[in-house]
Amino acid sequence: MANDRPAFDACALGEWAEDVRGGRLPRREFVARLASLGVAAPAASALLAFAGVANAQPQPTYKPTKRGGGGALKLLFWQGPTLLNPHFGIGAKDQEGCWLFYEALARYDPDANLAPVLAAAIPSRANGGIAADGRSVTWTLKKDVRWHDGRPFTADDVVFNFAYATDPQTAATTIADFDNIAAVTRVDSHTVRFDFKKASPIWDKAANVTLIPKHLFESYTGAKSRDAPNNLKPVGTGPYKFVDFKPGDLVRGELNRDYHAPNRPHFDTVELKGGGDATSAARAVLQTGEYDFGWNLQVEDDVLTRLEASRKGRVVACPGGDVEVININHADPWSEVDGERSSPRSRHPILSDAAVREALTLLVDRKSIHTFVYGRAGVATPNILNNPSRLNSPNIKDDFSVERANAVLDAAGWTRGADGIRQKQGRRLKLLFQTSINSVRQKVQNIVKQSCAKAGIEVELKAIAAAVFFSSDVGNPDTYGKFLADLEMYAVAGRPPDPDTFMQWFVSWQMAGKANKWQGVNRGRYRNDEYDRMYRQSQTELDPVKRTALLIAMNDLACREHAIIPIVYRPSIYGLGRQIVASLSGWDNALSGIAEWYAEA
Amino acid sequence: MGHYLVRRLLIAVPSLLGISIVLFTVLALAPGDPFSEMALNPNIPPEVQAALRKHFGLDDPIWQRYFRWLVAMLHGDWGFSFISRVNVDTLILQRVPVTLAVIGASQVLALLIALPVGIYSAARPYSWFDRIASTFALIGFSLPTFFTGLLLILLFSIKLDWLPFVYRADLSATGWDWWVQQLKQSIMPITVLGLFQGAGWTRYVRSATLDVIRLDYVTTARSKGLRERAVILKHVVRNAMIPVVTLIALTMPQVFGGAVVTEQIFRVPGIGSLLIDAIQRNDTPVVMAVTFVFACLVILFNLFADLLYGWLDPRISYR
Repeated sequence: MANDRPAFDACALGEWAEDVRGGRLPRREFVARLASLGVAAPAASALLAFAGVANAQPQPTYKPTKRGGGGALKLLFWQGPTLLNPHFGIGAKDQEGCWLFYEALARYDPDANLAPVLAAAIPSRANGGIAADGRSVTWTLKKDVRWHDGRPFTADDVVFNFAYATDPQTAATTIADFDNIAAVTRVDSHTVRFDFKKASPIWDKAANVTLIPKHLFESYTGAKSRDAPNNLKPVGTGPYKFVDFKPGDLVRGELNRDYHAPNRPHFDTVELKGGGDATSAARAVLQTGEYDFGWNLQVEDDVLTRLEASRKGRVVACPGGDVEVININHADPWSEVDGERSSPRSRHPILSDAAVREALTLLVDRKSIHTFVYGRAGVATPNILNNPSRLNSPNIKDDFSVERANAVLDAAGWTRGADGIRQKQGRRLKLLFQTSINSVRQKVQNIVKQSCAKAGIEVELKAIAAAVFFSSDVGNPDTYGKFLADLEMYAVAGRPPDPDTFMQWFVSWQMAGKANKWQGVNRGRYRNDEYDRMYRQSQTELDPVKRTALLIAMNDLACREHAIIPIVYRPSIYGLGRQIVASLSGWDNALSGIAEWYAEA
Repeated sequence: MGHYLVRRLLIAVPSLLGISIVLFTVLALAPGDPFSEMALNPNIPPEVQAALRKHFGLDDPIWQRYFRWLVAMLHGDWGFSFISRVNVDTLILQRVPVTLAVIGASQVLALLIALPVGIYSAARPYSWFDRIASTFALIGFSLPTFFTGLLLILLFSIKLDWLPFVYRADLSATGWDWWVQQLKQSIMPITVLGLFQGAGWTRYVRSATLDVIRLDYVTTARSKGLRERAVILKHVVRNAMIPVVTLIALTMPQVFGGAVVTEQIFRVPGIGSLLIDAIQRNDTPVVMAVTFVFACLVILFNLFADLLYGWLDPRISYR
């Protein structure tokens, strides 16, 4: 457990980065210094890039030299969008449909950096877009952008979207993207300023919300928002104009002749078909070539490989922030405290022993899970933060060793009983491990159970219907929020590039319990004052380099303490037709770069 | 007759009320909520989900929600989907044409197979034709649609590459081309459903006809010197059809209800797939509306079947 490697000195890092920027410190020297701290060279370069030193982002090359002429683009989603107002979107599928017609100020590229869409440039400290005190950010908008009905897109539209989404009567799901924003002010016709409630290093959340036109929605705000005729007939700024929409089934669009980027889009029409299941969607793209794009192909990797053999299409994996974890219950699920099991005030009788948590971590055979269960859809990792590479800690090692697990447990005084199961002070080492019903997760459960048996830990498995497990139903004991078990496995999905939401998983004030109706995100009820302190610091640290170092240190602390057991990080898996060149990012919706897609001749 | 109709319609009212109460209670007691998808999205904090639940009245007691639904329904307001925030009637009407086209066509296909094959088999029982027809009928209704569906996809879409296996309600083609494409994409779902339904009905028609064909009045008709064709069509079939009509009338509501499994396999955007999506997402207003319309249709077609008996068999009278 003890690690004598020096912790990141966040201050020094920031100064070094400044030195590189100012030409006082050679890049190579910077990389070498970081290497001495255990940061791999690519990660060090990424850190530099993040500090604004090397900002040469490779732009995706777009080959077509004229607009249109690409024929029809056929997209297949096994879950079709059910609505086309981005502020009502419940899941990723809805946002995907919106991106055909609507656009945001910026999107996230594959390296989790912002790329401008409706913005003329990305604000930075260098160009003065981000205020030095972190209290505001100013966006300049692209000129000559027109809504599909010909009206110009201006700063007023951005201001309106803020007012629309934050009206509680609208019941917008995007309200959280604006939670730290006090006001959005029009500076001039093509400049807007976002003022924050408190200075925050996270200034980009609202930039990724797709924008709706003020002139069509302004008479339908608040309680009337549901009556807007354009909820079903989007008029946006995007590369495709709306043709037809059937909720859950079909979205159709046609080329926007007045699109604001030259020579784009390439395709004359676009069709998004929804419904069915992921396997047959993969088949229609990879094996028969009926469709050009298959969304989120959650299919076992060897099936995908077999379908790919037909050479009609290929599978693309886009790394993002999603990570599959085994959450450890640090509270006691087996006795009631104040009429509540797994109370944040209790401590787990077995798992509060760090040796048991360490042994469990040693017993997860991540390499086999990656190779035999997930394939391309899950890459083994011992870390909570994996992507983008600048956040990946080099300090945590992936160890799988039954022998060492046994040794750790022996040393901690857990001795084997007559049946081979360990016990200590009359307490059997028996754990209940729950997850959602899902063949992949259940395979992983079994792998863990088998290696635990070799170390004298008895694991009982439980699988709960996903609709119940992931619900926030206060009356149901089987939700992942209540966590009335010792271990539970699920994935953090759709995490934004900034890991802040995930880092809250380990802060003490987010502990799930009766008091907050089990809505706190610290479902493992982990508590560590040092972690709390670091998290608070990360909330106010405005220097991106220092903050990155801090986040890595938080990752290391949680992993060394075995607060949680990461298993694999899960890239988004898409299917692409043979000729299609698509600009896909694991950090944003698949269709956020649809304007850049084209078909190779 | 008029009295009978009124009485039957009046009896239907409490039945429908009872059905709606049962449906609503079951849906309300089922675990999960329409916004659970949000719980997996860390960008949306749990408070948003809680606010939405409150906004849509999901936290109110069941009976309050039921009466709110009932009053709205009586005013002709079907409510709106929690998921898409679109009015439920719009959602259903969007799906009706495809459902009628695909399921309706498959029922017609089933009838076209079942009636002639069943009657001909009964007219010549244990002949070679009867044996072959019985064997195929047995195979037909033993194989579930999800199996035959996948089999057809494997053969015609993947091995032979003749037919598409994704059904598109919005074909971009026009004129002749539209008809060709429509036919190509409809063949497989209609065949799968039609053959399955037809196989069952064939056996039913055959046994119903066999029951009648041995009766004395048929022998009399034959000894009168009537041609065999007239005997079968005028004397046998009309009487044999009474149980068959019941069966068919009771399956008619399914034309509306859609075929959940087959629609899912071929991605037919019918009412069945709307229903299954709504159930999976706990979208109560949509599930309520679809199942309730379905219940109404079952009651209606029952009545229709009863009325049809009187026409088929004048001995049956209504009081």
